[in-house]
Amino acid sequence: MKRIYVNEKWCLGCHLCEYYCAFANSGKDDMAKALKGVKINPRIRVEEGEKINFAVSCRHCEEPLCVKSCITGALTIKDGLISFNKDKCVGCYTCIMSCPYGCIMPDGSGHAVQKCELCTKNACGEPACVKGCPNQAIVFEER
Amino acid sequence: MAVNYLYPEYEIVRDTNKCIACRVCERQCANEAHWFDPEQDKMVCDNAKCVCCHRCVSLCPTKALKIVKSDHTFRENANWTAKNIKEVYRQAGSGGVLLSSMGNPEPYPVYWDKILLNASQVTNPSIDPLREPMETVTYLGKKPTKIERDKNGKIINNLAPQLKLSTPVMFSAMSYGSISYNAHESLARAAEELGIYYNTGEGGLHEDFYKYGANTIVQVASGRFGVSKDYLNAGAAIEIKIGQGAKPGIGGHLPGIKVSEDISKTRMIPLGTDAISPAPHHDIYSIEDLRQLVYSLKEASDYKKPVIVKIAAVHNVAAIASGIARSGADIIAIDGYRGGTGAAPTRIRDNVGIPIELALASVDSRLREEGIRDSVAVVVGGSIRSSADLVKAIALGADACYIATAACLAMGCHLCRSCQAGRCNWGIATQRPELVKRLNPDVGYKRLVNLVRAWDHEIKEIMGGMGINSIESLRGNRLMLRGIGLSEKELAILGIKHAGE
Repeated sequence: MKRIYVNEKWCLGCHLCEYYCAFANSGKDDMAKALKGVKINPRIRVEEGEKINFAVSCRHCEEPLCVKSCITGALTIKDGLISFNKDKCVGCYTCIMSCPYGCIMPDGSGHAVQKCELCTKNACGEPACVKGCPNQAIVFEER
Repeated sequence: MAVNYLYPEYEIVRDTNKCIACRVCERQCANEAHWFDPEQDKMVCDNAKCVCCHRCVSLCPTKALKIVKSDHTFRENANWTAKNIKEVYRQAGSGGVLLSSMGNPEPYPVYWDKILLNASQVTNPSIDPLREPMETVTYLGKKPTKIERDKNGKIINNLAPQLKLSTPVMFSAMSYGSISYNAHESLARAAEELGIYYNTGEGGLHEDFYKYGANTIVQVASGRFGVSKDYLNAGAAIEIKIGQGAKPGIGGHLPGIKVSEDISKTRMIPLGTDAISPAPHHDIYSIEDLRQLVYSLKEASDYKKPVIVKIAAVHNVAAIASGIARSGADIIAIDGYRGGTGAAPTRIRDNVGIPIELALASVDSRLREEGIRDSVAVVVGGSIRSSADLVKAIALGADACYIATAACLAMGCHLCRSCQAGRCNWGIATQRPELVKRLNPDVGYKRLVNLVRAWDHEIKEIMGGMGINSIESLRGNRLMLRGIGLSEKELAILGIKHAGE
């Protein structure tokens, strides 16, 4: 399965991926309209160090701890893609605590979580973070 | 200084309706022109720091930014222009020599733009390059003057070493030091994929790039940085750099701050020391001396590699080229006054040298008159901006062209002309690791390949229109050129007729 991989060597820490992610999942057609005056809550986060940066989003693990720990079956894995059903989520945050990469976070409502679903549920078509990365530090490929 | 005489040259215009304060402009500007002001809860900027490199503009996700030239004015006149006034203020403030980067920007004539190309109509058929073969392969080197046979009548191969180019373009010299590791990697990989050559410049060859040797021209300049037997044998050809178009008669100076560990190792000089290239080669004061160096390099490389001599286009270029052709060199490279640089004294850059078009025409004519044109290939550079310039250069008599400014542009350069500051936001003319990584060679090399492939398509299209199916038939074919708006003297030097003739 194609997954998102990050090459930290080329990550500039520009944080554009976070904004493209937030826009892609906003459901709006204009970035300024979607994000102006908004504190974004993206599903990808750039971790910054002194000399190294990298963007982290759901790894779509082959044996996902989040799916195993989900008490309501809101998180499921199908063909390698870990997807999330908001209707089933009770906001217990067990998945947040079990994800070793810190890639699941509360959504804006505080009653459910959110995670990267590879832009399969928005109008972007392909992962927006990959498309918007100015240095090809985030790639979407089969490995 | 308490009084600042200079108003910022550029203004950063931000559309606050579009700005989402993502701060990418702030994070990406090495000149620190942008920042977020929490008190006003918005992005603010300092125009004085802007060099108009467009990094912020290109990365802004909502296209909220643009840079405009300030319309602030001095009480200037045709003699005392704003430029003249500003330069006096700058020198009165600093007491220093003015430095500039990239090529001569002054409004001297660009002869490429005053030359028109021919095409076939009725009496000779044009050729469609998409349907018929079209040859752009070019060989650079000495051509044999006579056929030699052994006692059995078999032809003896007396061909001197040649460079084979898939298309008559090469990336001209930019040293590791003046440009970054990633820029060098991009050039090397592009040259390899395209079947052309890139040039190390005078800064030696990084050990990682020896593997691209078959597509590398190694340069020997007055500072002799990084020159060793291995280096000379690593490339496909050796270039002796006498001068460059941006600063004829002037040496180079890479500030110690740019001489990082890697560069010090590659250049074979101590860490952090200034790398100074003397103005002349101290062992070359005549054509005879040049001949000694040409043959020393041939000896060191077992006569297997062509030797290039690169000079700046200056007033006596034809006579100098004639001397070089007789020195044993295989290829002469001539760099016009528009050629770029990482740093040059402004006065030199803007006032010294001559246009490459005139230099090329006079060199080609002179070598023909003397019957020695075939003893060298002629490569020209110094602002070849497009395939049209390139075709005109070939028709004027060049064997191939060197491009560097266009190559830098392909990698992201925006000609902000502040390379000397070492804060290149595009990761090209810098050694700061956090900036160097902005040029991912996977992206950079692809863009270079695209550029040269596009030019190659256009060259074939233009040649086809002329009814020519091989670049050989275009070379020196000045009948394919007509001047427009040129004086008799200019036409005579270029060796072309006026449009309508």
